Amino acid sequence: MQHSKNDIWVGLFVLLGAAALVFLALQSANLLQLNLRSGYVVTARFDNIGGLKPKSAVRSAGVVVGRVQSIGFDDKTYQASVTLELDKRYLFPKDSSLKILTSGLLGDQYIGIEPGADEHNLADGDTVTATQSAVVLENLIGQFLYGKAEESAAGAGGKK
Amino acid sequence: MSWWRPSDVGYAVRSKLADMGMATRLFVRLLRLFGQSMRRFGLVRDQVHFLGNYSLSIIAMSGLFVGFVLALQGYNVLQLYGSANSLGLVVTLGLVRELGPVITALLFAGRAGTSLTAEIGLMRAGEQLSAMEMMAVDPVQRILAPRFWGGVIAMPLLALVFNAVGVIGGWLVGVVLIGVDAGAFWGQMQSGVDVWKDLGNGVVKSLVFGIAVTFIAVLQGFLAKPTPEGVSRATTRTVVMASLSVLGLDFVLTALMFSI
Repeated sequence: MQHSKNDIWVGLFVLLGAAALVFLALQSANLLQLNLRSGYVVTARFDNIGGLKPKSAVRSAGVVVGRVQSIGFDDKTYQASVTLELDKRYLFPKDSSLKILTSGLLGDQYIGIEPGADEHNLADGDTVTATQSAVVLENLIGQFLYGKAEESAAGAGGKK
Repeated sequence: MSWWRPSDVGYAVRSKLADMGMATRLFVRLLRLFGQSMRRFGLVRDQVHFLGNYSLSIIAMSGLFVGFVLALQGYNVLQLYGSANSLGLVVTLGLVRELGPVITALLFAGRAGTSLTAEIGLMRAGEQLSAMEMMAVDPVQRILAPRFWGGVIAMPLLALVFNAVGVIGGWLVGVVLIGVDAGAFWGQMQSGVDVWKDLGNGVVKSLVFGIAVTFIAVLQGFLAKPTPEGVSRATTRTVVMASLSVLGLDFVLTALMFSI
């Protein structure tokens, strides 16, 4: 097949499209980093995970140090079992505790790691036992109302 | 001619069915000519050049401004809820899932589809297609197939360029102009956009739109009445039918891809 002057322009056009795809895949969907940056996997059990989702961030001191890999339910203990993938650059003591926190009032939920003081570090396959569940707004309001009612009942009864 | 006489109704239905059958057979022929078109890639290449390269500037400009506007409007609403940091995610998902493929397809129908229809319609009006048949050259194979496959190749590439430029436009307005935190802009985007589910489905959408728009353009040109008026009618029909089918297909594809 003979070459023509259109070859170069069509080639550039196709390359531009490929470059756009690569840009979108790397910059907006983060394909490379998710696959190449391997980490170690840790599981944790929570009584209530609130609105946590797979791929939610795991932060320590506000820095993203890992992601939630998967969330399952354990029907023996009736707890949620959350699998976390932590960046292998960061090591945490074995007795570190996990909390489910919310960024801002209405923001996403994420897991915060509070480092412990153990000499040994968390390794692949470990289970974190010290966990604190998500704050469920309805429970909080319920507790508040209950407390208020108790208070006013105590006040009306004239005790204390 | 009256529509209530059974014979006229029968004729109308029969001719519509014949048109649909003819369109379907042409479509199947074009699909089966894929291998042959690729073997004479020079013809397809020239069409990719004509349909793709020349549409690049309008696509890139539109993508840039759509990105600008998405970022401005998205910021207005998101900052009410204190979540302006998700701006990058909102802009990218909007572009990659919906606006990128759809607007590119609409522009492609207006920019490239019309010229395909007019070109083929004028070939028919100038009896070039008949002359080809006289020389035992199949016009479907020589004229329609390279144009069809050229458009099908060009359209997803154009949609990808539109998306990428749109994301950059959103970044320009969101981060550079308004001052959303750059780390949060890209970070939220990266954690929220999935390569296969969002980007991949967007590419599939743009491919389907490319097939629909190019096929309608080629078909309308091929069926155009060989008069100046017939060619102009066919060109109008291309834009109307292609735009409507893109929007209709988009609804169907979105329902298939993104509903649970």
